Amino acid sequence: MGFYERLMTLDRRVVYLAMALAVAIPLFIPFGVPIYVTREVKSVYDFVESLEEGDRLLLAIDYDPNAMAELHPMALTISRQCFAKGVKLFFVTLSQNAPGMCEQLVSKLSKEFNKKNGVDYVYFGYKPYPGLVILSMGQNFRISFPMDYYGTYVDSMPIMQGIRNYDDMKAVIAFEAGWVADSWIRDANGRYKIPVALGVTGVMAADYFPYVQSKQIFGLMGGLKGASEYETLAKQEERIASRGMKVQTITHIVVILFIIVGNIGFFMSKKKKI
Amino acid sequence: MDLVSILWNGLAAFLTLCIFSILYKDNPFYKLAEHLVVGVSAGYFAIILYYNSFLPKVWVPVFHEHKFYYLIPTILGVLMWTRFSRKWSWVSRYPIAAYMGIGMGVAIPLTMQAFIIVPLHATMQPMGFTSLSLFNNLLVALGVLCALIYFFFSKEHTGAFGGAATIGIWILMIGFGAGFGLTVMGRVSLLIERFTFLRDYFQQLIGLL
Repeated sequence: MGFYERLMTLDRRVVYLAMALAVAIPLFIPFGVPIYVTREVKSVYDFVESLEEGDRLLLAIDYDPNAMAELHPMALTISRQCFAKGVKLFFVTLSQNAPGMCEQLVSKLSKEFNKKNGVDYVYFGYKPYPGLVILSMGQNFRISFPMDYYGTYVDSMPIMQGIRNYDDMKAVIAFEAGWVADSWIRDANGRYKIPVALGVTGVMAADYFPYVQSKQIFGLMGGLKGASEYETLAKQEERIASRGMKVQTITHIVVILFIIVGNIGFFMSKKKKI
Repeated sequence: MDLVSILWNGLAAFLTLCIFSILYKDNPFYKLAEHLVVGVSAGYFAIILYYNSFLPKVWVPVFHEHKFYYLIPTILGVLMWTRFSRKWSWVSRYPIAAYMGIGMGVAIPLTMQAFIIVPLHATMQPMGFTSLSLFNNLLVALGVLCALIYFFFSKEHTGAFGGAATIGIWILMIGFGAGFGLTVMGRVSLLIERFTFLRDYFQQLIGLL
């Protein structure tokens, strides 16, 4: 078998090993990469930065643990920014595997900022059928969430006094790993006109840029890069996503090299046959 | 790190390595981890559904607050389960019909508005060459038009029409390329998180020893 044919039929385990080394080695070498902030992420940051003490924001933690790597850093950073400014946060989750994870996030941050459940934030919990829940919250939060995640009636909470629906919120920032993002655009923004921003996985990001252009969402954070851009703007101490970007850079270079090698093998072996 | 954390994180690290072992070849460790994730997810979801849906939306309203009209959707939901019986599966058509009717009534107008009319309106913006935003609007409108022309198969793709269809293919390929690049980034992010977890765990373990 010629050299170029061997390039074309490279054992995939060689590729896996190369990727594993490309990820593992940079983790032990301290270096940084520049992170350039895009307009879509800056829109979200500027909006959150413009909020004042007492303003209310709905955060939707709609991702499973398998998308945690990309979405958890942005959820943490935005929640910290809001708590530091005294913004009242309303957490909801519409993904069935997210409730425990969201509860961990809420507990961690409430201890960090000394925030009280029912006074400074509320965690509604999970309900199935995201589209119907999003529509019902536009009428009244109590339709889907008469009680919070911990079983406390929301009417007994000081934070819920005078709060009825989206009209009482400044915006929704939804962290999505699936089709629920479409529901937020269609049902929350389309029906009730509440401003919506999305944090999505890298796989989904390309599909949601058109909604920024059509102004159906006011900002978009895509994947680990979006999270690292937000962390760069927020300048907080914990920067999980930013630390991952140096590894991303190396692995992307490795992927590009494999694509080039594969294409050289393809064209040269094709040329040889002619 | 206390002993409980060491054990739980150790289990997570072991299962992570079990999943990675499929990259070499199929083996019992991978099968163990795969079956475990399916079983644990199903059990977790069942408990979440019980505490977050059944209790606040069925048990408490009916038996504590005596709101008996909650029994109507409850009975419709239970009737869905007749789907599993060959003799009684026809009964499930009623709750499915109600569910589909409500779903379509809610979804169709909003879907038309949010995913067709508003994005279409976004292509009808001022265009020109005098500024970057005007040129961007022109590119968006031309790109949408050419991509849609590519999918119009009632006319042969020849002449100017064929030229527009070819530009449409290039627009689509550029979009797919961007999507592929973002997908690579997304998948690598998951790998980075797992490797970071393994590094931190083994560093802490070595530090304790």
